[in-house]
Amino acid sequence: MENRLTSLFNDKSSDILNVYFTAGHPALEDTATIIQYLSDAGVDLIEVGVPYSDPMADGETIQRSSSIALKNGMTLQTLFRQIKTARAEVSLPLILMGYYNQMLQYGIERFLQDCQESGVDGLIIPDLPMGIYERDYQELFDQYNVKMTFLITPETTEDRIRQADALSSGFIYMVSKSSITGSASDISDSQQAYFERIAAMDLKSPRLIGFGIHDKSTYQTACANSHGAIIGSAFIRALEGDDSLENKVKGFIGKIR
Amino acid sequence: MSQYQVDESGFYGEFGGAYIPEMLHSNIEHLKNNYLKLIYEDKFQEEFQALLKDYVGRPSPLYYAKRLSEKYGAKIYLKREDLNHTGAHKINNTIGQILLAQRLGKKRIIAETGAGQHGVATATVCALMGIECIVYMGKIDIARQAPNVARMRMLGAEVRPALSGSQTLKDATNEAIRDWINNPEDTHYIIGSVVGPHPYPDMVARFQSVISEEMRWQLQEHEGTELPDYIVACVGGGSNAAGAYYHYLDEPSVKIIAVEAAGKGIDSGESAATSVLGSMGIIHGSKTLLMQTEDGQIVEPYSISAGLDYPGIGPQHAHLINSGRAQVYSATDEEALASVLELCRLEGIIPALETAHAFAVLDKMEFKKDDIVIVNLSGRGDKDLATFTEYLNQQSGEQKTDQ
Ligand SMILES: Cc1ncc(COP(=O)(O)O)c(C=O)c1O
Repeated sequence: MENRLTSLFNDKSSDILNVYFTAGHPALEDTATIIQYLSDAGVDLIEVGVPYSDPMADGETIQRSSSIALKNGMTLQTLFRQIKTARAEVSLPLILMGYYNQMLQYGIERFLQDCQESGVDGLIIPDLPMGIYERDYQELFDQYNVKMTFLITPETTEDRIRQADALSSGFIYMVSKSSITGSASDISDSQQAYFERIAAMDLKSPRLIGFGIHDKSTYQTACANSHGAIIGSAFIRALEGDDSLENKVKGFIGKIR
Repeated sequence: MSQYQVDESGFYGEFGGAYIPEMLHSNIEHLKNNYLKLIYEDKFQEEFQALLKDYVGRPSPLYYAKRLSEKYGAKIYLKREDLNHTGAHKINNTIGQILLAQRLGKKRIIAETGAGQHGVATATVCALMGIECIVYMGKIDIARQAPNVARMRMLGAEVRPALSGSQTLKDATNEAIRDWINNPEDTHYIIGSVVGPHPYPDMVARFQSVISEEMRWQLQEHEGTELPDYIVACVGGGSNAAGAYYHYLDEPSVKIIAVEAAGKGIDSGESAATSVLGSMGIIHGSKTLLMQTEDGQIVEPYSISAGLDYPGIGPQHAHLINSGRAQVYSATDEEALASVLELCRLEGIIPALETAHAFAVLDKMEFKKDDIVIVNLSGRGDKDLATFTEYLNQQSGEQKTDQ
């Protein structure tokens, strides 16, 4: 079967909306329900955060959602069960974003196998170095048809951007500025210049811009400069409101596009 | 090249490396490519050595502890890092790193701290150089190490509470890393121990290696040999231990003893005995031994001593332990407290709670009469007086009920 992430990027090359949320938050069994509502609301791609005790690159919002998910009893086995349940109902690509230690302890091959079996199309592991992926894991990822995404930032050198482009099999994650997740400011001139610099590089991989994308305006700016945008913390904050889960999900996406 | 030192790719055997998100890459890469060149420049070494001598007060004495020796039946020497300016070994590293930060053109310093000793040592060198200083400290540690919080503030540093996770050293480190991600250009992160991504463990060990460099000639003066039979040090992240071992790692006759904090007991569920309870994984950008669940979630450690309350150890120590070069002991809260009192009463020295863990294992080891043992007295105990007073009161209460 063709990888759903590959199909998505074959079919669509602009205004791709990727929404991130933390599995097991607000309630343990909300994972599959949120995936269903996001799919109903028409998002293109879902990035499921695997809650971690020490999420080094994440701001307060994702730290909080992660620790709530862990308190709720989230585990990797539970997550794969939930993904399987969701996968029976939705056909959009699903990717997981987690930290290297989680996969290392679970066993990388076992993790990839469970990805394939439950219907996960790709992974983002921000603290896995490119060199180690290439040396130890690239073949395994290919074997299990799981796509990999690497991050670049405004400080990433041209050589490394080319390396990330060559090694990424899903898309390139353009971190919008030097920061942890969760900021909510407007796009600055220097960010705009960075977006244009990368766009002019003629990379083979599709580019999605994330970190700090929090409303319609920042979403549109990101889309105008790449293939699409990733929204995380702002969506998680919306999930923490008072309404029904369905209204919170659909209300938030409705305000973005 | 020693098999116990870092290799070209940043590993100690299978431990070490730099498992960091891309946001940290340019700073770490720059540091990695420049640290050796910068710290071995003549001008750097001149300044570093002058500050160690005139500002820190080095060399720190190697003191023959007569009454302690009598009690344990060996020749016990104490390496008096407690006599350094600011009261611990931590300043050896912060002097080195502030000189490095200046050469890297950084205008703002961040640090994490557990016991507050590293925070104080960082605040001190920042005051000395007129550089802005922000110290992250777990909320729980802020409460249990109040004197050091006051000292940092006196020195002009801003102490920011780490409110996430267990609110101790691990979380203060997370917060410092997040700050660095947000401020990559003007900021240098002064890590306080031999932990974190390569090149930090090696860099910090080099700055602390002055401890064993002095031990060699000092022991020669005392005993006519540079080589002790044992070197004993407590291990939180492991910087005082790394400095005390550094110039002895390739001397097989010198036995290396690392002491971890057992908290309320190794099997009590409230412990920080990382090498016993831990397994290989990634913490703060380094592959090392750490306390974690099956799912790779980092376990919150416990020790009465804020400086040892850390769920990992430096990658070099993981390698020394796994390869059998170092032997690990542990000491409980109670044993450490008893050792504090013993050192006070036998030698007139009040050690830090962290340091006391090292002394607590003397009782568990078997010595021959002529064995030379060096205990690294990593810091002084002024910061822990509140804890000690409570212990004393409890002790005298127990004595009264005994009568
Ligand atoms: C006096 C003293 N000894 C030891 C330690 C533990 O750190 P390390 O293992 O890096 O020497 C600390 C940490 O705060 C300390 O203050």
